[in-house]
Amino acid sequence: MCALCGVLGGKGHWSDSASATAAFAGRAEPQTRLRERQARTRLLNVVLKHYGVVVSDWSGNAYLLSSRTGRTAIVETISEIWSAAERLGGRICDPLDEGYLAKLADGAGSTQAR
Amino acid sequence: MTSYGDLTAVNIITGFLGSGKTTLLQRLLRSPQLSDVLVLVNEFGEIGLDHHLLQGVAESTLLLENGCLCCAVRGDLQKALREQLSRRTRGEVPHFRRVVIETSGLADPAPIAYTLLSEAVLRHHFRLSGIVTTVDAVNGAAQIGGFPEAAKQVAMADRMVLTKTDLCDGQLVAALRARLRALNVSALILDTSEIGGAPHRLLTDDIYDAEGKFREASHWTAEEIGEHANGPHDHTEAVQSFVVTFDRPLDWTAFGVWASMLLHRHGADVLRLKGLLNVAGVPTPVLINGVQHIVHPPSHLEQWPDADRRSRLIFIVHGLQRGRIERSLAVFNDLVNAPAASPAGSAAHATAKRA
Repeated sequence: MCALCGVLGGKGHWSDSASATAAFAGRAEPQTRLRERQARTRLLNVVLKHYGVVVSDWSGNAYLLSSRTGRTAIVETISEIWSAAERLGGRICDPLDEGYLAKLADGAGSTQAR
Repeated sequence: MTSYGDLTAVNIITGFLGSGKTTLLQRLLRSPQLSDVLVLVNEFGEIGLDHHLLQGVAESTLLLENGCLCCAVRGDLQKALREQLSRRTRGEVPHFRRVVIETSGLADPAPIAYTLLSEAVLRHHFRLSGIVTTVDAVNGAAQIGGFPEAAKQVAMADRMVLTKTDLCDGQLVAALRARLRALNVSALILDTSEIGGAPHRLLTDDIYDAEGKFREASHWTAEEIGEHANGPHDHTEAVQSFVVTFDRPLDWTAFGVWASMLLHRHGADVLRLKGLLNVAGVPTPVLINGVQHIVHPPSHLEQWPDADRRSRLIFIVHGLQRGRIERSLAVFNDLVNAPAASPAGSAAHATAKRA
């Protein structure tokens, strides 16, 4: 728990390297939890830009989502992001949608997440 | 902190009505390696388990708010496991190291998996080790064709055990094996006579077991899977399985974002997702294993099973197209790690094999 704000530690998620430290122990370039969250947040912003939703890391334990109209939501894991993004953006988040993939691929060269 | 692999393993034994679940369980429980298991069954009386812990459960489910059938908490199981966990902690029952759940013949294994992986208390104490499905060699083909429950039990299996093969023609057994392979490309298919001298491995081999994980992952990369993937395919089946391979290493962050988005939207139709991944910057293969909306924490092998360094993802799906999944993952991977020159699009980097 954060001693200053009283926020409890967030829920773990399978996509966090920290959920399986042994599996990622041999990494050539060690990845801290914070650095991984920053990379994930950057990527999420590229992915969610097409739905009009912006994401930021909230105290290292949650994600803060904001719509263009100023509506916000706080979620703990990336599995919960998609429902919140659909509510805020008013559209279904479908990674198999061909139109969406085409937009994403078009922007890949100019908006790389890393 | 307890690692995921140290949690109490839970196996599901499922299979259609009369397919031999109880007979298989009786055989397995004679194995000395399985002397410390808690058995949860739907009905008492059929099986002599004097030396084992035994508890009956009635299959009731509690639907959660989102109403998705696969995301249902099995209330009976929740109560039974919490109670046994409490009794084990207090020393009121022998210390069980594994739990075996024998389902009814019409049960859907998905809510059991969901309960184990998501219930607030249970997920810190138990993990899903594997699903064993018994298939009646005489009636299996008709059951799979006629009952969606039977087809789903096959699709979700980590291992399938063919029973009653002595009662039917060898050609029929071969045809049934081919059909089972088309539905579930990754599961090990065994005749009861092939279980051999180490029957406990049916339950203990999984990607978190130090001794068994290499054997388990080897099934996912077996030559047989590759051959099947390139062979003719029956498009009339509602459930299909296929293997997608990627030549370039996958970015772990991109994979996590993509998979969570895919399973959010299509998790009900992704019955199983297994993978041996070449993750960028990680020298050893990362193993992933998912059941519908839920993915286990990843595991790994200490070395690659062969010289092939491609990522291999096995999908068992209901109504989803392989090509779209392949292209989608490639696009997401390129968001982080775009190729220097890829005018034709990133899907050119992916090689897919259809089951």
